[in-house]
Amino acid sequence: MKFLDEYRSEPLAKKILEEIRRTVTRPWVLMEVCGGQTHSIVKYGIDRLLPETVELVHGPGCPVCVTSLEMIDKAHAIARQPDVIFCSFGDMLRVPGSEADLLVLKSRGADIRIVYSPIDCLKIARENPDKKVVFFAIGFETTAPANAMSVWQARQQGIKNFSILVSHVLVPPAMAAILQSPLNRVQGFLGPGHVCTVMGYSEYEPIASRFHVPIVITGFEPLDLLQGTLMTLRQLEEGRAIVENQYPRVVKREGNRVAQELVNKVFEVCDRKWRGVGSIPQSGYRLRPELRDYDAESLFNVEGITTAESTICISGLVLRGVKKPHDCPAFGKQCTPDHPLGATMVSAEGACAAYYAYGRHLQLKHEAVTAAAAPA
Amino acid sequence: MTRAGEKKSIEAPIGLNGNGAPAAQPVSFTGSCPVPIFDHKEIVLGHGSGGKLSHQLIQSLILPEFSNALLEPLHDGAVFSIGDTRFAFSTDSFVVKPIFFPGGDIGELAIHGTVNDLAMCGANPLYLSAGFILEEGLAVDDFRRIVQSMKRAAAEAGVLLVTGDTKVVDRGKGDKIFINTSGIGTIAPGVRIDPARAHAGDKIIINGPIAMHGIAIMSVREGLNFETEITSDCASLNSLVAILLGAFPDVHVLRDPTRGGVASALTEIAESAEVGIHLDEASIPITEEVKGACEILGFDPLYVANEGKLLAIVPEEGSDRVLAAMQAHPLGRAAAIIGEVVENHPGFVTMRTRVGGNRIVDMLSGEQLPRIC
Repeated sequence: MKFLDEYRSEPLAKKILEEIRRTVTRPWVLMEVCGGQTHSIVKYGIDRLLPETVELVHGPGCPVCVTSLEMIDKAHAIARQPDVIFCSFGDMLRVPGSEADLLVLKSRGADIRIVYSPIDCLKIARENPDKKVVFFAIGFETTAPANAMSVWQARQQGIKNFSILVSHVLVPPAMAAILQSPLNRVQGFLGPGHVCTVMGYSEYEPIASRFHVPIVITGFEPLDLLQGTLMTLRQLEEGRAIVENQYPRVVKREGNRVAQELVNKVFEVCDRKWRGVGSIPQSGYRLRPELRDYDAESLFNVEGITTAESTICISGLVLRGVKKPHDCPAFGKQCTPDHPLGATMVSAEGACAAYYAYGRHLQLKHEAVTAAAAPA
Repeated sequence: MTRAGEKKSIEAPIGLNGNGAPAAQPVSFTGSCPVPIFDHKEIVLGHGSGGKLSHQLIQSLILPEFSNALLEPLHDGAVFSIGDTRFAFSTDSFVVKPIFFPGGDIGELAIHGTVNDLAMCGANPLYLSAGFILEEGLAVDDFRRIVQSMKRAAAEAGVLLVTGDTKVVDRGKGDKIFINTSGIGTIAPGVRIDPARAHAGDKIIINGPIAMHGIAIMSVREGLNFETEITSDCASLNSLVAILLGAFPDVHVLRDPTRGGVASALTEIAESAEVGIHLDEASIPITEEVKGACEILGFDPLYVANEGKLLAIVPEEGSDRVLAAMQAHPLGRAAAIIGEVVENHPGFVTMRTRVGGNRIVDMLSGEQLPRIC
């Protein structure tokens, strides 16, 4: 396919991999920021093609994973109401809240619909004047313009039965939080290509210089990821720490000004809770006060819902390898994939979830990939 | 869940988790998606997806009650002998929205589906039954169109519809029309199709491009319009099966990768035969249009439904003959060898990716959902 196959060429991938092998002289830990990048890396097995000394750790950039349990419970409280049509991007439907997921609520009679764009909700709102249409506005800066546009158009068109439940998160504060952690291992970043398409990358320049960490804005195709990795490794090996753009066919330094203006008209920066992490200051968007009529959180009076993540969870220790999942008193009892208490049980690749769901299969799986990767 | 007033805050400072222990950032951002719910109290759509939830439902609720030697292989149909003749018997229910879609409709799908299930047992399909559940308000003209379409499909497949039933439910209690078909066919001597026969060294052959039916259905659901029309591949495969068995009778396994796609079908085979399967992504046929649609939707075509495709697992010495026979048939022009059965990693499907990496191809838990990222 034009403009895709070019970025999935095996001979070119081999060339970049050879160059990476020539470049690397010692171990490095890189983080790819975006969930989309993680998905590509896993889908194409890219992490397994890199030299063993280059470790890729998965970043915070999957909006589905980082949406707080509390916000999901708020969404469920709204979706349960009989006069509501609750609209969401598809992959939010399976995320467990405290009690159920949206697919279960649907099976109990809630009107829950998958949309591909928040703008589709306006049509649903016009066609169902006796219902309240709510869109679950999650995501990073990438989805913010379309979500902002839905509110903007609703106001212009006088649509009164539409609102959004906002749980937007922002990348730069999360990166700064990672780098400030005393246990941080990340030495370089593959920056978020699509976030920067909207926002540009000037806001990453202070992070690169303050923490002396290379940030390479990177695309999502296999060759993008390999080239982004190479560029980051070159900076590390040469002791440089600047922002570079691997993805210039899409990303400009100033980003998309029109989109940024719209986002600023509709949203303002606020503190935000991240699942498994806690609150990060100034790391989210909420609707501006003058657009309160479109804020589902206040319209449905769910602002008071707070959901505590467990206090018995030892995910922090599990993640550092200090404890095993079965050392936790809650493992398999209070804490299961149905009712996860911590990030390591929420995430499909989290250690606790893997132990629980796959058990002995996990090792087999590892051996399967290793065997398949071994030369015949 | 707690509410305001009895607030238990999770406002842990950065670097601390709920119990005050230092969190191992950055790894506490494990960037993969949350684990879905498995232990359901109600039936959800995912139970009908052909993925893990479907399997769980069958294994935990149905099999324990009806367990018998004919059912247990969980093949596309039951195979048994009466006198000297071996028979295959299969049933399938059809619920599809919209009922008319590019390249087909629910009527022909109901014929093809059961014909194909029988063909995947190596049988020559003979007689079909049809049960209709109609929703009050369905246009009689639509029903006529569906019945006409079933008539054409049955004639093409060379099967007779010999018994049937019709019920009507209140408006709002069904989705226009549901159809169940069952069928019976005979298996020629010397043909022994059995998922448990997949053996290391066998080649895996598919008869053409994948994911067409699922994407055709998605493309006409509300709100999605692609520039080029993607049509369903739905077709009866019994004539193709007859030709390939004629070319090489000792085919080990046949499977139509319907719900759950090629990935789920091959995972089932790997598990039941306790063999490994290794695929080569670059050799899996897929059209540009379907590939594009999958990119837009964030779907993996390996998990998207097919209705006119079969996977043949064939000993290496017969693979060229089977491939050539398929390619000479109108439904197999784009047939290709897409992988092989291996001794390593029994129970698992792996794939060499387009850029030369390797990954596990696992079964999905439920429906594939469009991704935000």
